[in-house]
Amino acid sequence: MPRHYAAAAALIGAALFTGVAFAQTGKVTVVTSFSKDVTDPFKQAFEKAHPGVTLDVQNRNTNAGVKYLEETKANNQVDLFWASAPDAFEVLKGKGLLEAYKPKAEGIPDKIGSYPINDPAGFYSGFAASGYGIMWNERYAKANELPEPKDWQDLAKAVYFDHVAMAAPSRSGTTHLTIETILQGEGWEKGWRTLKEVSGNFRQITERSFGVPEAVNSGQVGFGIVIDFFAFSSQASGFPVKFVYPTVTTIVPANVAVVANAPNKAGAQAFVDYLISPAGQEVLLEPSIRRLPVNPAVYDKAPADYPNPFKDPSLGARVKFDVEVSEKRSNVVDVLYDQTVTFQLDALKAATKAIHDAEAALAKKDNAEARALVSEARDLVAAMPITAEQAASPEITGAFTGGKEKGARQAELEQQWSAFAKERYAQAQAKAEEVLKRAR
Amino acid sequence: MADATTAGRAHAPSGPFRHFMTSATPGQLALALAITVFLALFLIIPVGTVIYVAFTEKGTGTFTLVNFVDFARTDLFIRSFWNSVYVSAMSVVLASIFALPLAYITTRFDFRGAMLIQTLGFLPLIMPPFVGAVAMLLLFGRNGTVNLLLNDWFGFRIPFMEGLNGVIFVQAVHYFPFILINLSAALRNIDRAMEEAAQNLGCSGFRLFRRIVFPLAMPGYIAGASLVFVKVFDDLATPLLLNVKDMLAPQAYLRVTSIGIADPMGYVISVVLIVMSILAMWVSARAMRGKDYATVQRGGGGLARRQMRPWESVAAYAAVFLILLLVLAPHIGLLLLSFATIWSFSPLPDGFTLAHYGRVFGESFVYVKNTLIYASLAGLIDVVLGTAIAYLVLRTKLIGRQWLDWAATAALAIPGVVLGIGYLRTFYGVQLPDGTPLATLWIVIVLALAIRRLPYALRACYAALQQISVSLEEAAENLGATKVRTVRRIVLPLMAGGILAGFVTSFATAAVELSATLMLVQSNADAPLAYGLYVFMQSAAGRGPGAALGVIAVLLVALCTFASHLIIEKSQKAKGAGH
Repeated sequence: MPRHYAAAAALIGAALFTGVAFAQTGKVTVVTSFSKDVTDPFKQAFEKAHPGVTLDVQNRNTNAGVKYLEETKANNQVDLFWASAPDAFEVLKGKGLLEAYKPKAEGIPDKIGSYPINDPAGFYSGFAASGYGIMWNERYAKANELPEPKDWQDLAKAVYFDHVAMAAPSRSGTTHLTIETILQGEGWEKGWRTLKEVSGNFRQITERSFGVPEAVNSGQVGFGIVIDFFAFSSQASGFPVKFVYPTVTTIVPANVAVVANAPNKAGAQAFVDYLISPAGQEVLLEPSIRRLPVNPAVYDKAPADYPNPFKDPSLGARVKFDVEVSEKRSNVVDVLYDQTVTFQLDALKAATKAIHDAEAALAKKDNAEARALVSEARDLVAAMPITAEQAASPEITGAFTGGKEKGARQAELEQQWSAFAKERYAQAQAKAEEVLKRAR
Repeated sequence: MADATTAGRAHAPSGPFRHFMTSATPGQLALALAITVFLALFLIIPVGTVIYVAFTEKGTGTFTLVNFVDFARTDLFIRSFWNSVYVSAMSVVLASIFALPLAYITTRFDFRGAMLIQTLGFLPLIMPPFVGAVAMLLLFGRNGTVNLLLNDWFGFRIPFMEGLNGVIFVQAVHYFPFILINLSAALRNIDRAMEEAAQNLGCSGFRLFRRIVFPLAMPGYIAGASLVFVKVFDDLATPLLLNVKDMLAPQAYLRVTSIGIADPMGYVISVVLIVMSILAMWVSARAMRGKDYATVQRGGGGLARRQMRPWESVAAYAAVFLILLLVLAPHIGLLLLSFATIWSFSPLPDGFTLAHYGRVFGESFVYVKNTLIYASLAGLIDVVLGTAIAYLVLRTKLIGRQWLDWAATAALAIPGVVLGIGYLRTFYGVQLPDGTPLATLWIVIVLALAIRRLPYALRACYAALQQISVSLEEAAENLGATKVRTVRRIVLPLMAGGILAGFVTSFATAAVELSATLMLVQSNADAPLAYGLYVFMQSAAGRGPGAALGVIAVLLVALCTFASHLIIEKSQKAKGAGH
């Protein structure tokens, strides 16, 4: 009998032990788009804080990560999804691939800048924020005698023609948010006008977010519209680059979420808690990471010149951001940008160049009639095939969701929109060239 | 038999051929079935589960072709289509200009360092993802070394890397080894007697090359050129890194990988890519039809190697040096980058350091080990399948045997990410006894690599078999050898050069493949070099270490290539001695 007791006790003990220690042991698998420079310090700090736990980091770009979770959901082996782009989390949430979890941390405000930190439904949590700005290569700027830009509008000036780069909003969730912020801040029509004036100066529109800092670092492009940590970590690596936040900038959060049916749910939750705890937030201050903590208290430990969106109103607080509006038209804005700018870049640049030249000629010898022509040309460039109301209408948004309802096909709309833009760019170019001809 | 060895003159495959190729033996039938099952399981079904969307109607999911009508109606796609055709064709032309002199000089003349040149000429194929393009931009970009110097000295720049011309330039540099390696193998296989006969009849110089040597080497050239065409047509990495988006393969990729948009057009384009690839292979097969490239005599060890006159020698060395300098520029850039402290808007790096190698040294071991295992297994699978398919197509009369060739070739056109998704979809549901999904095993990565690189090995094996006269096999069989014994003792040894060329191509390119791998890698312990490289190349601080890993990858593959060239050379010498 005693033997049986002992065995039973051992069994119960073992069960208790594993039950208690479940959060503390085993492997936590995380799919992330963050680079080694970001994940390694967190891995070390987290494993130190939770001895016995290993953080298994699988690097995938955001697109591949989303597809991976989608395809493997039947037998999910991943505990966490960890990336910047909020839209990727929205997609995962929409497909029921995330599990709601409310982190234990306290003192986290609702908003950073004007963007909500956490998903209201609790499916994903912001753990850091970053601001958009302009990064440039000093050697490049000096060699080409280009002035330092201060604001988005500066990049639309003629001097910067063919010197600027940005990631396509359809490829970079954070760039998408910046574009959406400009559209909301300036209104649909004026916003697109600004975007197209800046885009007309682009040297390239990259397919990866990191393509922009890479091109600026190596000096292939002078100026890049980038998220701040790309610039800061480039500076930390010694590249001759500078960075400025424009007077009105957006602050976008980076997120983490527990995956539905996670094999190590307790471990996953422990990692989320750690990320948002003061200790985890301090890791963000490391020079190779340099992101903005979401816990305002942590800024006390930051270096003196560290940007603080909770104190500095120019960092995000001045812009208005309506999440609902953004979500409704998210795909439409991406496709509109791709069809009217990304895939028509040559035509847009030709029109922009002609307008720049015409204005330079006018500056020497003004002429009201010619000025009117240039203004018409600018209007043609700025014209958009659909209004803000149409962009949010179900007839159009439905074409991009792959939903069950019948309606316009994506390819049809794309062809209409790109033809619309192409035709007007050609007309704008002709008008501007006409002005130039008369000025001679 | 003499007429069977005449090249260039078309004659129908009559007489001995028809007599030889009677109905298939049970063994051949079984082989064909086995290959069909393999291709169906690891290529057709996984890809089918992904691209069937191209044929479904939005909303209802019923079968439709309306998406293809949309394709034809969209300016962007039509523009992309013609851009892709143009870039592929021009890449073949430029790649031929790089490859012809190298192949000709090293196989036909007594040329010091021929083997080294063959190896070096092969290196461009091993362009590690991301770093290769960065290095290329640092050298040839608008503000790369060459243009910065040109601008300083002469005040102008050459737009090497701009637009479609940039893509053509980089693709030709990247893929010309396909032509080099296949053409060299073919030149080595030409019967010396052909050339001697022509010379006895008074033919020499360029005429000899144009009328005798080159036509006899045609299978190798066509094999290489068609690979270059199809590969460039289907390649998405290079155009995207040069920010050229209006080509078909990048369009497919951008659409397949966009988050949250269910757009069938990405898959429609994939179907178009597959059809075009098969079409290109069919055209190249048509071009070869009705001609017989086989030569009977096999002991000669290829073309006679000739001594060069001094001025010829100088010219040859100069040509070889210039071409090598151009095509190896990316690797020179990569090497500089791996030692550079900071390299930004300057002709050369600011300073040099060994720190990047220090950083990758510890962790690169597991990557190197995995890469070697995966790439050699994939290469082996490829040459086995390649040889078998080539044999079935060329030596049997099985109905539909061409389809094996075309199905395998179609793999070239499938974007890696589509194959990766297909594998997850097909094999993730299949569980092993302990509950882990089949798709998490590293062998799945090997299979994906093997499928992706099969067309390379297949073309090489196909060309090798085309050059072997069927009369040798007939002779063996007349002497009482069984089919299996004939294949083992006659066909395989004679194909050895081509098989090795196929292995090397598959191995080397599998070693730096990323797109399918990125979908399938499940943990760092199972990851190959290309994945390690990708992880580094996502941050500014990772550029140096990424380049260092890239150099390690290139060296690794180069060593293996050099070793296999040694083997070819040795076997050629042994044959020559036995002659």
